[in-house]
Amino acid sequence: MASGSGSGSERWSEDLETEVAMAMGTTDVELLKRAWRNEKAAPEILQFEAALVLRAREQIQLLEETVEEFTENGVDDLVVSLYQMDLDRSLFLLRSYLRIRLQKIEKYMIHISKTNLWNRLSEQEQRFAKSRCTDIMEKHLEQSVLSRLPYGYQSILKQSISSEEDDMVPEPQLDTFVFCKTKHAVGAFQLDDTGDEIVDLVADDLYVLRYKSIRGLVESGRIDLV
Amino acid sequence: MAGQSNPDLSVFSAPEVEFLAEDEMVEIVPNIRMEALNMICGDFGPFFPQIASKVPLWLAVALKKRGKCTIRTPEWMSVERLTQVLEAERESSREFQPLPFHYVEISRLLFDHAHDDIPDLYMVRSLIEDIRDVRFHKVETGLETISGRTHAVKLKNLSAMEVNIVRPFMVRALQAFYRHDSPQMIQQPRTMGGSRPQAVDRGPRRDLRPR
Repeated sequence: MASGSGSGSERWSEDLETEVAMAMGTTDVELLKRAWRNEKAAPEILQFEAALVLRAREQIQLLEETVEEFTENGVDDLVVSLYQMDLDRSLFLLRSYLRIRLQKIEKYMIHISKTNLWNRLSEQEQRFAKSRCTDIMEKHLEQSVLSRLPYGYQSILKQSISSEEDDMVPEPQLDTFVFCKTKHAVGAFQLDDTGDEIVDLVADDLYVLRYKSIRGLVESGRIDLV
Repeated sequence: MAGQSNPDLSVFSAPEVEFLAEDEMVEIVPNIRMEALNMICGDFGPFFPQIASKVPLWLAVALKKRGKCTIRTPEWMSVERLTQVLEAERESSREFQPLPFHYVEISRLLFDHAHDDIPDLYMVRSLIEDIRDVRFHKVETGLETISGRTHAVKLKNLSAMEVNIVRPFMVRALQAFYRHDSPQMIQQPRTMGGSRPQAVDRGPRRDLRPR
């Protein structure tokens, strides 16, 4: 599948991607694994894979029931244990995916809630960010430190009242470098705003690049972080 | 739970990389009859004695541990192929030879759990060790060439475990060079001391809260 190098902005809709995945025989586990790797390697929080997580949960639940049935009906222990292993692997993947997102939310809660990254969170994650993270942290800092500081230094967001912007909010470092792998040829790709740095991304290549410059490719699923 | 890794620089822990490798497919020859397995990660089997079948590595290892199959050593793990790879690896000082992305983990798992199925075990093991050493030496010398103008590093054919090992060094080196090479940094040397944070300048930020 050669992707046109001219129009770099083409974005695959989620449905289309699922369809393609089905046609290529990619399982949801495979997709979840990709989401997990990308999420782990990317400095900022990525779009929540709502449909994928839902499907994975359904499959896990189904298999849990099947395993239970097997145990009751006295199916061979070997078979049961193999299914149990498959179940455990899927569970680990799903848990780790959700967990890495929670870690990012805890770290960048204020930044996320101020920017449109907020829309990348699931409903539950938004609730977690608001009530479990931001509110508690604000209250804690307020009570333990900020209320005792002189006037002008009491903001949780600013160093002092003279700061023009929120300079006390931890932000993900988008300038960081990431390892990425191409599945299909992406074509010549501009790395810098100035345009003097161009790499030709061919299929199955492995590069270390600045996350900021390939952000779009990660979001559209044309490149994988490893 | 297998170690959740620190999300900062070492993105994956070694067990996590191994977890990923366990999904690679291998060929087994079962010695039992077993119905098809319809699993979340795919459908495998049905299995018949002495008839080869493809399954993920974790499944192969699980069956092997219970003495229900033999694992066929992958083609690339033959003495002949590995000798070729090692020679080629020694010849070119910059390029890496194509090997499976998870060759380190796959070979390790097979050595650990299926050593009796591997022909020329000792030879294969030492060849793979040599290949790893040569490749890693290349990565190390490659690190020396990083400079301020390095915007991209091409590491075609580098494997998963090698990526994981070199990641902290590579990322930190590139980041440091990038930061010191940025135009803001050169034009306005940072004034030390009690100067007020400049809000207008979005350049190199003062990291007040080192994380």
